[in-house]
Parts: sequence; structure tokens; C-alpha cells
Amino acid sequence: MSSVGMAVADGLVVTKRNLLKIRRVPDVLVFSTLSPIMFVLLFTYIFGSAIPLPGVDYVDFLMAGIFAQTVVFGSSFTGTSLAEDMTKGLIDRFRSLPMARSAVLVGRTFADVGINVVSMVVMVITGLLVGWRINGTVLEALAGFGLLLLFAYSVSWLMALIGLSVRSPEVFNNASFIVIFPITFIANTFVPTNNFPTVLKVVAEWNPISALVQAVRELWGNTSPQLPPPDVWPLQHPVLYSGLWMLGLLLVFVPLSIRKYQRVAAR
Amino acid sequence: MTVAIEVSGLVKRFKRTTALDGIDLEVPEGTVLGLLGPNGAGKTTAVRIMTTLLKPDAGRATVLGLDVLRDADRVRAVIGVTGQYAAVDEYLTGFENLEMAGRLYHLPRAEVRSRARSLLEQFDLADAGDRISKTYSGGMRRRLDIAASLIARPRVLFLDEPTTGLDPRSRITMWEFIAALVGEGTTILLTTQYLEEADRLADGIAVVDHGRIIARGTADELKAQVGGERLEFTVTDAADLPVLADALSGLGLDRPNLDEANRTFSMPVSGGAGVLREALDRVADRVTVIDVGLRRPDLDDVFLTLTGRAAEVQPDGKPDERPARDRAEVTR
Repeated sequence: MSSVGMAVADGLVVTKRNLLKIRRVPDVLVFSTLSPIMFVLLFTYIFGSAIPLPGVDYVDFLMAGIFAQTVVFGSSFTGTSLAEDMTKGLIDRFRSLPMARSAVLVGRTFADVGINVVSMVVMVITGLLVGWRINGTVLEALAGFGLLLLFAYSVSWLMALIGLSVRSPEVFNNASFIVIFPITFIANTFVPTNNFPTVLKVVAEWNPISALVQAVRELWGNTSPQLPPPDVWPLQHPVLYSGLWMLGLLLVFVPLSIRKYQRVAAR
Repeated sequence: MTVAIEVSGLVKRFKRTTALDGIDLEVPEGTVLGLLGPNGAGKTTAVRIMTTLLKPDAGRATVLGLDVLRDADRVRAVIGVTGQYAAVDEYLTGFENLEMAGRLYHLPRAEVRSRARSLLEQFDLADAGDRISKTYSGGMRRRLDIAASLIARPRVLFLDEPTTGLDPRSRITMWEFIAALVGEGTTILLTTQYLEEADRLADGIAVVDHGRIIARGTADELKAQVGGERLEFTVTDAADLPVLADALSGLGLDRPNLDEANRTFSMPVSGGAGVLREALDRVADRVTVIDVGLRRPDLDDVFLTLTGRAAEVQPDGKPDERPARDRAEVTR
């Protein structure tokens, strides 16, 4: 078997293990779907009541943002699970088998795409129930979902590296919350960035989350001509800019995480 | 005679401690080597190096002629490893655990399935095979763990303290399983804290202490060195110990060991019950005896004889239960 073929085959074996575990401990799935439902409802009815936007319903504006935040939080599950796996004897079994060195990480990140797909389905239903509509073609709509999943997948490799670097899953959870919350808030996720203070505005404009959200909004037709994106390169080319980030994240963190995995496990 | 495992001059240091201080081992194919020693002696470190999980600071190790550093992947394909901490996924069923291991050894799917079922049968887990392993008892998990390491019919098997933490009955069952494997010609390196276990399973024994091998030989040879059985007395008054020694002089194979703190007298003897009767006759009413008996040698006796001090086994005999990662943090 070629080494790439082996890496994929072994990665899928580990993916299956992770998916079985998710099915048997559905708590993870329950909470990763409950929190987006809660966010959709809270933001739509609390913020939506006070945030009038020109030419677009707040719920339409909001959904791309909530999706982005949810899938990024979803990708942090990669880190938690790896941090947890590393404390168990099972990791020694994996390392003593003639399997691809990348398989544990590939299997983890693949399985976490599965979690994100489930959360997205739940959110689509919730969104539709509170009045959200996609105004693009089916293909554009799917492209939006694809972009979200790819972005989350690339972030999950960053999460993998952090998960392998911390001492316990609890530390990872706290750390990731502190990081993800501001990153997804200092962006166009929930409100337009026009009235942000200057520094935050610049951060928001170059924040890849903003580009992702903008790209998805455009693909879903959830934008308004009266609410044009700021005239900065990332938001004028949101698909390209967020795509470059995905590529960059993967190029940097796939090799780094695999190397870290080998080192951590070799202690 | 083909050598299955060969280790020479193995050294491993963690920050302040030297875990292995130059270990040499040779295990002929089809035999069982018992690595006997207390906690912290370096047994697990040695196994982790031989199974490609840890890099040595010096020395080399080969398995079936394959270098564990240069040919790590080929080594992994021919060995089975069962660590001290049952390496099974508790949320998978027994069958799924075996299936996963088999697939990761790159065995064909159909072969994995039939092999998994027969291993479950062999290890008395057939009925539990489709239950998630979280519901298993400690002994069942260990058995599943060993079954997983056997899925690809490894020619060399490493068992790191396979019975530590098991209740006596599970321990005996485990011995029977291991003995059956030996019968099939698998080369086994097993570590243990129990002389009885090494005695029962191993062809050769190497005693490890502070990262060095301090004795090697067959169980009988080691026991001969230790002096076989010991006669032990516990008295009410430590001042009586010399009286005992005087009364029993000439009866033992060596000088007695007098432990004033515990008020015990211990002396290597041979002759079984006859010696015991003779000893009681000689002592008669000269001292007040609380307890008396003949004891077969255990790890403590081996260590007392070889190093002059007791083995540093934790009092409850349980292994260090901290997870692998914390352990590494501490010992690094």
C-alpha cells in the first residue's frame, strides 16, 4: 500500500472509532447542537429586536455569523478529544501498531467534521423556523456550507496542536473558550463593523472569520445593497481571503501537529 | 538457536533520574523472559524502548533482527504489546476494539473479523464481545487488551505487568492464557513484580533494580541463590530474637535475619515441615512465639539476598495508577 493510501485507510479506521464513540456518548452532540439553537434564539429575539439593519432582516444577517461561530467552536472539540486521548493507555497501543503516524489526527479531524455537519443541520432547521431564508441558488447555498466546513476543518488542525500541547482536556476547554470567543466576536459575525472603535474595526476587517462570514452571506444572498462590505481587500474578496487562510492553516498546522503528536506520545 | 530480542547497553535518563543504566538482554525465539523487579526499577522503560515507544539515550535493541530505531515500522508489524494500562477504547465493544487493531495492522477485513471472534472465544470474552468494554471488569479488560495485541499473530509479545492490580482468581486465569500462548511458540518478554509469576511463566528471569540487571538465571537458580524456603518466627519481645537465633543455630542454610522493629526472625532453611517441627521442639518454652511458619521466597527475599534491602514495592501492591502522560511529566 502506498504511504498516502495507508494514511487515508488508517485515518478512516480511527475516524470510525471516533464516530462510534460520539454515537455512544451523545452528550457531546447534544451540547454542540443545543448551544447553537440557544444562540440563534437569543440573538434573533434579543439583539434582533434592537438592531435594525437597512435592507436585510437581522435573522438573515445573523445566520452566517452564528454558523461560523458554531463550526469554529465545533472544531475545538478536536483539541479536547486529543488532550483526553493522550492521557489514556490507548495512545500507546496506537503508537505500537504499524499504522500511519498521521492516522490518529486525521481520524480525529475527520470525525469532527461529522459533528459539525450534525450541528449545521440542527441550525438550518432552527434558522428556518425563526424566519431565515437563503436567497441564492442551491449550488451557492451548498458552497456556503462547504466553505464553513472546510474552514472549520483547517481550524481543527490548529486546535489539534493546542490540544496536544496542554496538560489536560480541562485546560484546553478553558483556553479555547478564551480565544474563540473574542475571535468570533471581534468580527462582522453579529453586527456590522462600521461603528467599531478604529483598532477593533481594523482587527475585524482582517479577521478571517469576518471574511468567512461575508463570503457565506454573499453565497446565501443574506446581504443588502444598503449594507456593503467595508472597502478593504479581505472583505472585497472574502472567498479568496478565507480560502488563503484555510490553506495557510493546513500547511502550517498539519505538519506541526503530526510532529507534536509523535513527540508527545514519545515521552 | 535464533535470538528474538537482543538488547545491549541500553541507557535512558529522564531529567534527574537514570531509568536504565546499561541493560543487556537476549531472548531466544520461542522462550519467555521474565523481567522481575519492583516499581521504578526500569522494567517499563525497557519495554517501551523495545516496543519503539521511547528512544534510548544509548545502546541498541533489535527484535527479530530489526532495529527498534531504524526499522521501527517493521518492528511494530511483528510485535504485540500489552502495557500496564489496558489500552482498549472503553466506548468500543470488545469486538470493535479487536477489529480496529486488526485493521491498523493492515490485515484483510474478513480475516480480522474471524480472528477477532476466535480471540474473543479463546479469551473467554465471547459473550461480552458485543458489549462496550467500559462495562468489563479489570480482568476482562486485560484479557481484551492481550487479545488485541495478538490479533496479527505477532511472533514476539511484550507483556508489561499483565497481572498487576488483578484479583487472585483473574491472575490465575491470566497465567493460563499466557501459558497457552507459550505453547504456541510465541516469544514473550514479560515484566512482573511477582517471583511466583516469573517462576510459573518464564524460562529465564532477569532481576532489575535501579536500571540495572542484578541477577539472571532460571527460577530454580534464583531460588537456590535466595535459599529456597525460609523459617520465620514473630515473637512478643525483640530481646528474645538472639535467644531464638541461639536455639536454632545450625538448623538453617545461612545466618538468620533478625528484624527488631518487627520482632521477626527469618532464616533460609531446607527440609520443609521436618525443619519446622525441629525448630519448634528446640524453641519449646524459651521464648513466647506469636507466629511461626515456613515461607516460600518472594520478590522481597530475592531483593534482600541480592541487594541487602527490601524491594520498594508499594504496600498495597497496586501499580501507579496515574495516566501515562502525568507519569511522563514526573519522571522526565
